[in-house]
Amino acid sequence: MLVHVARRFLQAIPTLWLIATLTFFLLHLAPGGPFDDEKTLTPAVREQVEAHFGFDLPLHEQYFRFLGNLVKGELGPSYKYAGWNVDEIIAQSFPVSLELGGIALIIAISLGVPIGIAAALRHGKLSESGLMAFAMIGICLPTFVLGPMLILVFSSYLGWFNTLGWNLPGDRVLPALTLGLFYTGYIARLARGGMLEVMQQDYIRTARAKGLSDSQVINRHALRTALYPVISFLGPAVAGLISGSFVVETIFFIPGLGQFFVNSAFNRDYTLVMGTVLFYAVLILCFNLLVDLIQMWINPRTRND
Amino acid sequence: MFCSRPFKQIRVVLALLAAITLAGCSDQMTNVERGNRDKEFYIGLGTEPATLDPHLLTGLTELYVLIAFIEGLTTYNAEDMSILPGVAKSWEISEDGKTYTFHFDPKARWSNGDQVTAQDFLFSYERILTPALGAPYASMLYPMKGAEAFNTGKTDDFSTVGVSAPDEETLVIELNAPTPYFLSILTHNAWWPVHPPTILKHGTMTDRLSKWTRPENFVGNGPFAMKSWRLNSSLSGERNPYYRAPEDVWLNGIHFLPIETNAEERAFRAGQLHVTDTIPIHRIDWYRENQPESMRVETGLAVYYYLVNVEKGALKDKRVRQALAYSINREEITEFVLKAGQQPAYHFTPPNAGGYNARVRLPYDPDLARKLLAEAGYPNGEGFPKFELLYNTSEAHRSIAVAIQQMWKEKLGIDIDLYNQEWKAYLATRQEGAFDMSRAAWFGDYDDANTFLSLGKTGDGNNHSNWSNAAFDALLEEAAITQDVEARKEIFQQAEEILIDEMPFIPIYFYVTTKLIHESVRGWYPSILDYHPYQAIRLETK
Amino acid sequence: MTKTKRESAAKEAHSLGQDAWQRLINNRMARVGGVLFITILFLCIFGPMLTSKENSDTNLAYGAQPPSMEHWFGTDDLGRDLLVRTLNGGRVSIGVGFAATMVALIIGLPYGALAGYISGKTDVVMMRFVDTLYALPFTIIVVLLTTFLGRSIWLIFLAIGAVEWLTMARIVRGQTRTLRELPYIEAAKVNGVSNSKILARHILPNCLSPVIVYTTLTIPAVILLESILSFLGLGVQPPMSSWGSLINEGAQKLDVYPWQLIFPALFFSLTLFSLNFIGDGLRDALDPRETR
Repeated sequence: MLVHVARRFLQAIPTLWLIATLTFFLLHLAPGGPFDDEKTLTPAVREQVEAHFGFDLPLHEQYFRFLGNLVKGELGPSYKYAGWNVDEIIAQSFPVSLELGGIALIIAISLGVPIGIAAALRHGKLSESGLMAFAMIGICLPTFVLGPMLILVFSSYLGWFNTLGWNLPGDRVLPALTLGLFYTGYIARLARGGMLEVMQQDYIRTARAKGLSDSQVINRHALRTALYPVISFLGPAVAGLISGSFVVETIFFIPGLGQFFVNSAFNRDYTLVMGTVLFYAVLILCFNLLVDLIQMWINPRTRND
Repeated sequence: MFCSRPFKQIRVVLALLAAITLAGCSDQMTNVERGNRDKEFYIGLGTEPATLDPHLLTGLTELYVLIAFIEGLTTYNAEDMSILPGVAKSWEISEDGKTYTFHFDPKARWSNGDQVTAQDFLFSYERILTPALGAPYASMLYPMKGAEAFNTGKTDDFSTVGVSAPDEETLVIELNAPTPYFLSILTHNAWWPVHPPTILKHGTMTDRLSKWTRPENFVGNGPFAMKSWRLNSSLSGERNPYYRAPEDVWLNGIHFLPIETNAEERAFRAGQLHVTDTIPIHRIDWYRENQPESMRVETGLAVYYYLVNVEKGALKDKRVRQALAYSINREEITEFVLKAGQQPAYHFTPPNAGGYNARVRLPYDPDLARKLLAEAGYPNGEGFPKFELLYNTSEAHRSIAVAIQQMWKEKLGIDIDLYNQEWKAYLATRQEGAFDMSRAAWFGDYDDANTFLSLGKTGDGNNHSNWSNAAFDALLEEAAITQDVEARKEIFQQAEEILIDEMPFIPIYFYVTTKLIHESVRGWYPSILDYHPYQAIRLETK
Repeated sequence: MTKTKRESAAKEAHSLGQDAWQRLINNRMARVGGVLFITILFLCIFGPMLTSKENSDTNLAYGAQPPSMEHWFGTDDLGRDLLVRTLNGGRVSIGVGFAATMVALIIGLPYGALAGYISGKTDVVMMRFVDTLYALPFTIIVVLLTTFLGRSIWLIFLAIGAVEWLTMARIVRGQTRTLRELPYIEAAKVNGVSNSKILARHILPNCLSPVIVYTTLTIPAVILLESILSFLGLGVQPPMSSWGSLINEGAQKLDVYPWQLIFPALFFSLTLFSLNFIGDGLRDALDPRETR
């Protein structure tokens, strides 16, 4: 197990390097630079600024410079938000996204899994269609429609929640719901598929034949295996959830990480883009590893894979 | 029975959600209620301010924030935009109009208690003019003797620049030429001071990305002192105890919230903001009908225009440019697309820029336009080569472009393509001249026609049209050294006539600023520069 | 011996296909989804031909009008007919959904099959590469891609397809790895059947069911993605419309001009519902274990 973890960590290094390299060249090839603005700089001033940040160097030299800083662990200052370092921006906004994503995840799992399993158990009945249709609301409506609709109903008309902000416990409900419903659909579908498959397995049939009650069968035998696909989905999904959502953060005015993902690319804020990309990559790698470990624990056979 | 468990889970979740709801927040105080109680002002900003360094900032968003924290030698009167003393209590102008001597207000202090000195201003001017800083607005200081040479690196001796401090409380500025609008230029953030010890403590003088603007480091001399700043959340200030005129400041605190336009409007309706950054276009009719008292529409000092690349194909021909300009129904655009009461633009310089009103008017005349187009060799638009109209991504720009595309199709029989790019790519395309026609806008940097007409100067960094006209250039040069106000306006009239005849810029409309303002707010006066000093604000509840 | 086995396998596959079709038809959700999707597809393809109204016909004085006899779905802010724009938008949205998915299929299928079949070091390297691309944040990639390819939505979606193939490759690889251990593939190898033949005749056909299912589910995901692009301001260039762009505009005006959201959103989500239900139905139908 430990060897496996260590090997994965070693494998992560070339992966991260490749990601950093791809991002670097994509970014620098994109038209426009971080200091371009409506007001054009005079050529002399422009030269000075470019020299100061090394943009006048050949691209490969810039690249090695950047790699050097990265190895030293320096993400550098943001070009757009003067005075803030990239690691500070991430440290400030990640906890917010983590909280929002965490709540959304709880909503997604606790709605998605039961709905998926219930649907599988009613396979072929009308109620299965109803359950799945409900679960799929989140993947059939974009979050930027779902969010304003929830605001209109629960905030404008019913007055239960603030329309936006991130100050009170209640402020978490609507954004987490908006975000969570999207994942609910996927989880319900995977849980249903997994459950349908498990119910066909011989050992479940045997268990049922032995006269165990249905709920006993589900809890003791079926659930674990049925949730296998859900768990592999959750690896990248959790990384995506807790690294923030641009749409939800914009609509609900939440100071999370998601806005920086999108805005930094729009602003050509090279350092901030790189920081968020690498941060996301590390999250993904960690969660994939975690999922592997959980799967090994559930199903020891995969260990040799 | 089989599914009792999953359903139980759903019930638990619903119960939890309900519990959170009950513990929720509907009975909580809104920002406006709290602000009115505590004398704190909540302002919406469209986006997060990029930098709060007065020498580096370019955007209006940043300026809205910074006028709370820094003050220049002169300021504007909130009500009528007349010049008021700032750090300088009084000043004298020499006979030839070229030398200004400023006497400092001894009460002027930095927010850490230090005296604001003339040396601080010397340091600030050296800083903004040093090429290494790369200050986008350094050219605002060019009226000052030697400033241009120093800024363009022709000399690195700052003593050649025409500014000196005989003592701590006196600053003498020498100009190249008498500049009638000089006192109004001084209100621009490029002329504002920074606190030298703070700058040097957090980096070198020319450090662009210094940490000095962080709330824990920031030292200013404005009515408010920075208290906290959290990106994408809020930036707050509190009363500056060392401000030179504390009796002028009524508010105890000020909060800037960077909220996206649509969310901002919702926030206003929910009582979370006193003032918004703008009003979404599609909401204007609604407010006009239901809540007209909340709407504030002010004339701006800005023009929206289509920039023509005069070196591209058919657009080389003046008559084609005129035909395109004459066939746009501007009133339809302002009335139905923009809705907020914008003025259709029939000339380039916005009305009343420093008291100047252009005489020349381009016509709306589709018949004449068709005639011109036929003369240029494209009767009824036949054989007219398709060109591309570039605009940066925004719903309003797109709507205007679509409307104009349709007008040209109907009235001239020509087809164009629309192409939108996100902001940075759009800037790059424009800079490279890789466009046929492009949406553009210019916001006056100071209250004078020069800030608009100089866009047409040959070689001006912001003239992306490739248009060059010797007579026009000569007129602007003449205006720069003309001291008589009326004679100068007359020169601008002639320059504008050339510009409108040649049509490198097709004016569409003059901007207005639209805001939603809560009924409790007093002291928010119309301002052509969208400049609203927070000293004037009062909050009154009935 | 191998021959008879292959024949019986083929026969089985045939009857499996028939069975699957039967199961799909019997699946209520899939049936409803199928009918719905075909209806919408027909409306979008032929609807705009039946009217003289154009996608780009503006009528500024007649902006933001609620539904009427003249404009069944109302008009947008520039007075353009929303019915025409919705149907035309459907062409674009469904079109890019299919196009991007096809690209994903064309790249992912051979890539996954090769990796799984060759296995060993090559497999490790190939799959590491997939992992790397997985870890790139999608939004940033899309933002950067659109700055290069911004002029045409089709190019953007070909590019998106070029990112979407990752999951496809993983699925196919997994399936291939299981298949190549099966006795009849081993036997074919021993008998000297060339690798390309084995891949084409035995491996790929047997990957078909998960691939079909995943393809059906990718299309709605791409359509949803197109809408997010519109939210970011990176959607289609006017005068073209897409469901994403219409919904994005409509969502902002939800409480003032609700019809601008409701009609496009209805088409959009019904299409997504139906495609998702068809996908789920296919999965059930193609899962042979259910017949056991």
